[in-house]
Amino acid sequence: METIFVSLGAGLLQAFEPLNLFMIFAGCLAGLFVGCMPGLGSVNGVAILLPVTFLVPPTTAIIFLAALYYGAMYGGAISSITLGIPGASTAVATVFDGRPMAQQGKADKALMAAAIASFIGGTVSIILFTLFAPPLAAFALKFGPQEEFALMLLAFATFIGLGGDDIPKTIFSILLGLVLAAVGFDIISGRPRLIFFDMVEFQRGIGFLVLAIGVYGIGEMLWTLETTKGTVKMHRVNLGWARMKENFGEVKQYINSTWLGSVLGFFVGTLPAAGATPAALMSYGLSKTFSKDPDSFGKGNISGVAAPEAANNAASTGSMLPMITLGIPGSPTTAILLGGMIIWGLRPGPLLFTESPDFVWGLIGSMYVANLVTVLLNLALIPVFIRVLAMPFTMLTPIIFVLCVLGVFATTDRMFDTWLMLIIGLLAYMLRKLNYPVAPAVLAIVLGPLAERSLRQSLISSRGDVMTFIERPISLVCILFAVALISYPLISKFMKKKRAGETSVDPAA
Amino acid sequence: MTVRTAELIMAIAMLLLSLGLMLNVYSDGLRIGWVDGRGPGAGMWPFWLSLGMALASLATLIRWFTGATPESRNLDPYIAPETLFLVGVSAASILVLLILMNLIGTYLSLVLFMFFYVRILGKHTWFTTIAMMIGTPVFVYLLFEVALTKYLPKGLPFFEEIFLVIDNLRYEYFY
Amino acid sequence: MSILKTMMTSAAVLAVTAPAAFAEWQPRKPVEFIIMAGTGGGADQIARLLQGLIEKKDLSPRPFIPINKPGGSGAEALRYLQDKAGDNHVVMMTLNSFYTTPIIQEDLGVDVTEFTPIGLMAMDTFLLWVNSDRDDINDLDSYVEAVKSAGLDWKVGGTGSGQEDSVLTAMMEAAFEYDVTYIPFPGGGTVAKNLVGNQIDSTVNNPAEQMEFWRAGNSKPLVQFTAERMPAFPDVPTAKELGVDIEYYMQRSVNGPPNMDPEAVEFYTNLFQELFDSEEWQGFCESDGLTCDTMMKGEELAQFHATQKVAHEKLIAQVGAASITGE
Repeated sequence: METIFVSLGAGLLQAFEPLNLFMIFAGCLAGLFVGCMPGLGSVNGVAILLPVTFLVPPTTAIIFLAALYYGAMYGGAISSITLGIPGASTAVATVFDGRPMAQQGKADKALMAAAIASFIGGTVSIILFTLFAPPLAAFALKFGPQEEFALMLLAFATFIGLGGDDIPKTIFSILLGLVLAAVGFDIISGRPRLIFFDMVEFQRGIGFLVLAIGVYGIGEMLWTLETTKGTVKMHRVNLGWARMKENFGEVKQYINSTWLGSVLGFFVGTLPAAGATPAALMSYGLSKTFSKDPDSFGKGNISGVAAPEAANNAASTGSMLPMITLGIPGSPTTAILLGGMIIWGLRPGPLLFTESPDFVWGLIGSMYVANLVTVLLNLALIPVFIRVLAMPFTMLTPIIFVLCVLGVFATTDRMFDTWLMLIIGLLAYMLRKLNYPVAPAVLAIVLGPLAERSLRQSLISSRGDVMTFIERPISLVCILFAVALISYPLISKFMKKKRAGETSVDPAA
Repeated sequence: MTVRTAELIMAIAMLLLSLGLMLNVYSDGLRIGWVDGRGPGAGMWPFWLSLGMALASLATLIRWFTGATPESRNLDPYIAPETLFLVGVSAASILVLLILMNLIGTYLSLVLFMFFYVRILGKHTWFTTIAMMIGTPVFVYLLFEVALTKYLPKGLPFFEEIFLVIDNLRYEYFY
Repeated sequence: MSILKTMMTSAAVLAVTAPAAFAEWQPRKPVEFIIMAGTGGGADQIARLLQGLIEKKDLSPRPFIPINKPGGSGAEALRYLQDKAGDNHVVMMTLNSFYTTPIIQEDLGVDVTEFTPIGLMAMDTFLLWVNSDRDDINDLDSYVEAVKSAGLDWKVGGTGSGQEDSVLTAMMEAAFEYDVTYIPFPGGGTVAKNLVGNQIDSTVNNPAEQMEFWRAGNSKPLVQFTAERMPAFPDVPTAKELGVDIEYYMQRSVNGPPNMDPEAVEFYTNLFQELFDSEEWQGFCESDGLTCDTMMKGEELAQFHATQKVAHEKLIAQVGAASITGE
């Protein structure tokens, strides 16, 4: 334990070297900016700035990229809240409550909650990382396909109740997302599936961001235009000191969701397969399930912003763990960071901690600092972000549309996806008008591929024996949790009814 | 078209879509059953889930006939005439933007797109209009091309040539 | 970010390379550097390293932009390049799915021999790995014995049906007359993790993907599928030494679309030659167990592609496309 603190101290000192501190600042700012553009996320920023880092020492380079990664995680929430379009796949769940809050003129509160929850999530996660990196790496190795599938079941279980009140339509929406997730090349059999009209472009599958931006960017924008009859006004917010102070006072409202999201996010993030997006979604689902007032979720509950934001920041730190200790990226962004480390002559793997302690501890130290820098930057910039909402709709709407089109193009470099986005957006708008919930489809397309692949991998490895899922302890625990979660709302409803029944019967008796 | 009719049409369309997906999986010759010793075949997931979609659509149809959904009792127009214009214009403008991006390139399209929204729809002053018409492409250029080194669509070769002249200046003087 | 730009600019000014040595033709717009695989894999790492070196050494007046087109084991990338015929501003980093994908997906309509060969940057190798916990397996014989006694319970991990390692696994099944269960994972790194975590029993991985686990004593190589022992693994016998005729490499070459202008081809060939000869690239090859003696280019590389294509056709016909796809 002592050695950890000595190493951490050295790491922190490294982070405060002028060049490194400057790089943290530059990285956070660049990340914030890239992250808040719809469609552009940390992947773009990190991939593009990777070559730049050949000019500085490796430790400084990774500090810069890690800061950028962090900044982008925060930035994703900004466009989710102000524009209603997820800035990155990790920030989808933030839209669910962030957008209603902005429409109610509480954008500043939502942004503040996002920043504070992110900070707590990030910090909790780094502390866990510092203390438990090696044992957690060993734990991650125990995660085979069976455990991954059980985790996916758990994730699905947390979404129970996210849908609308029309059950057949909710089911339809989930299934549509799951089926669309199967489009493309099946890695298990090596065969193309659901290649519509024999277009080779479908072999890559339907990107999550294409669907999310289509649904939220185009579909919801049209919906907003209609419901407000073209006088879109995202309620101007007057942000003064008094209001800021009031907002700080509200932290206790969402602190529980934030703790939950932080710890959950970290653990899900450390598992190589999962990453930050499922972590954020699970955290949202769990907060809703255990909330005293689950019905207010999706209508502007501040905990609904805090929970996913805490989780996605915690997970982004968590996903550094498998990268550093095992050399396996936990997310697309860490995959590129990993490439960078190899180019700098560092070999991520079980030996990195002992062979390059300066590098590892420098990185960990800088994560503490980057977290602090980002939250300060973010809080300072809230008034600027809010300014966006005061723009007249005939200026804001075209900007949003342009960002959607270019954001989608930039993720895959092909026009095909922009067409797909438009079609999906129009369809989502038409479905939405008929009370088909769209969020379940978006969730399903994230988890669908992971769930199907791990299910089939497990069954191939057990040669078709379904018992494999309950014979393995970790997977069994996850499944039991999932069952408990699914039955929880039913049981609590039943109990309430029973109690209500008793009280209503009593007077008569 | 009333919301009531729209729900019927949509449910039927979605039913057909589900059946189409099933047919697509089936005609590709993917295994839709349980492969012995290997678990689900490649087509199992999409095929049976599409069947689920079809059943869910059927349920919606039944609920429509019995009038169980609020939409099936709603006789308001599906898209009100006054919003039809707004929604239609928005959708059409994106469509035109996408087509133009392929023909005259991203930047010229953006200028036209902004002109259309800010001046024609928004009736803002010429000052605002021109600021937006110049500001948007410049911002996009700086963000996507300079900072993120993306190469946005430049349209037909003729328009690409024009753009390359501008691009040359950047490389000449800034690198 | 603008400060970084300035830093980059000044670095570019300081760089003492001589672009004058290049041919007349130079790219007039950013060059699309297509990668026919996803982010984070071997091909992606190499492409991003090369892109970084191009910028560092200021070899091109316009940047190279890495673009991943992983769809359908490279099918998407191949079709894209085919449709870009005559375009001088696109090159592609390839691996062996360059040959196998058009064979397995017959209706793709791509003939790779029509593409413009630019340079063969490296030959990657394969080794057979097991977890070091397996004390009972120390050489090829004990391995084959263990597999045979386990039968279909023996789990081999790989990067996907139709990928290089599944071809190699099928070749081994044919050579040793056993059947194993092949489980596809997304990417070589995940396979390595599952091997170390004992989720699978063996795998054929590139050295780069297993190197760190091997150094940490988590996994061990049994046999290498090369002509001669690699310097990085002097104690590991080759399959040929043990009397098994399996030799298999992964080519990592750069190719352009069909009908590229000869001047452009010359530019790219010179550029990649310079990269190939660079200290950084040779160092990378050494540490990653890649073979990079001379860069094959032009007519020679075209010949190489033609023979490889025929060889893969034969190979796939031999093992049968069904044994690769598994269904």
